Amino acid sequence: MAKLTIPEDELMSPGHMGCLGCGATLAMRYVLKAAGRRTILSIPACCWAVMPGVWPNTCLQVPELYTPFETTGASISGIRAALDATGQNDVNVIGFAGDGGTADIGIQALSGTADRNDDVLYIMYDNEAYMNTGIQRSGSTPIGAWTTTTPVGTTGSWEKSPKKNMVAIMAAHRIPYVATASVAYPEDLIRKVQKALTIKGTKFMHIFAPCPTGWKMDPGLSIKIAKEALSCRAFNLFEIEGGSYKINMKPKKTSLKEYLFKQGRFKHMPEDLINELETDLDRAYDELLRLESLSLERAKVPDA
Amino acid sequence: MPQTIDEIPPTPINTVDSKTVKTGGWRAFRPVCHYEKCIRCWTCWKFCPDVSISLGEEGPIYDYDHCKGCGICANECPVKCIEMVPENK
Repeated sequence: MAKLTIPEDELMSPGHMGCLGCGATLAMRYVLKAAGRRTILSIPACCWAVMPGVWPNTCLQVPELYTPFETTGASISGIRAALDATGQNDVNVIGFAGDGGTADIGIQALSGTADRNDDVLYIMYDNEAYMNTGIQRSGSTPIGAWTTTTPVGTTGSWEKSPKKNMVAIMAAHRIPYVATASVAYPEDLIRKVQKALTIKGTKFMHIFAPCPTGWKMDPGLSIKIAKEALSCRAFNLFEIEGGSYKINMKPKKTSLKEYLFKQGRFKHMPEDLINELETDLDRAYDELLRLESLSLERAKVPDA
Repeated sequence: MPQTIDEIPPTPINTVDSKTVKTGGWRAFRPVCHYEKCIRCWTCWKFCPDVSISLGEEGPIYDYDHCKGCGICANECPVKCIEMVPENK
């Protein structure tokens, strides 16, 4: 029997309400595998607010707190303060929010948590729109995407603003650990969560989680598309620890057009927009490479 | 399950494991593993969003009460030993 590459212990039960091929479900499954039983979750309104199931059912085998949309950051700070007050310091506190609840609505509370550097882990699972309420655009929706609030029709009013770079925003808060992960690489994701939980202070993770329903694609392709997103540079795997960048995976570049056209939400994209987006993504990747080499250089030179 | 309104707690606390909820009825295609080809790499188990695959002696054992038939296992299987069979056949 081949050796398992991720922990066998299952803290998420079957019977949840996630759609077919849901990436966010996988994100939660891996995060719980990494964090273990001594964990408290805080979940705002997002897909994961409905996925545990209809009362009295829940698919999570750890305690969780449902919070209003904008308060994930504040609630995890509060949970940590309560744990500190009762002297329980072996419990992991994790905020698990979607991209809308992080990049748009929850950013204020999250910024406050990062500012106070409370000892919590904040995870944003990114399915690139408000999927739970019916695919409305969020700050994390990439250029060109169709959503119900950026309809294409004959007017072509698809998403016009670029994807908000949450990782850069959080890195600018100078918190000890910021990382990105993808559900297509669970070993890397689990390693990052475990690493983050050993560090004291606010940690932020951005997890790429495909949504077959909102992206209008075959649910069986969830993992394939997440892998392709990485190789076409639409998403990059890297971590920022104490200000120094490290890119975890540098796959060979594949065509962005192929990645986009596998998803119904990009079917309408004109050639020039794709080229523009490709240039943008390549530039972002080059910037990452530069930041990584700069970090390496800094590590070599001892502080004067 | 509470029967009257008085039995419902003032703050709703979810306590029943969702294993009791059967989501197998969502399925249009059923994954079937051809065990003779299976190499037991457990890629299917690793990527199952419905936690419906358990580690068997000969290969993956499906929990058809909960599997939603997304087809990730069939797509990710490195030796293509999982077939998606339409439910009405």
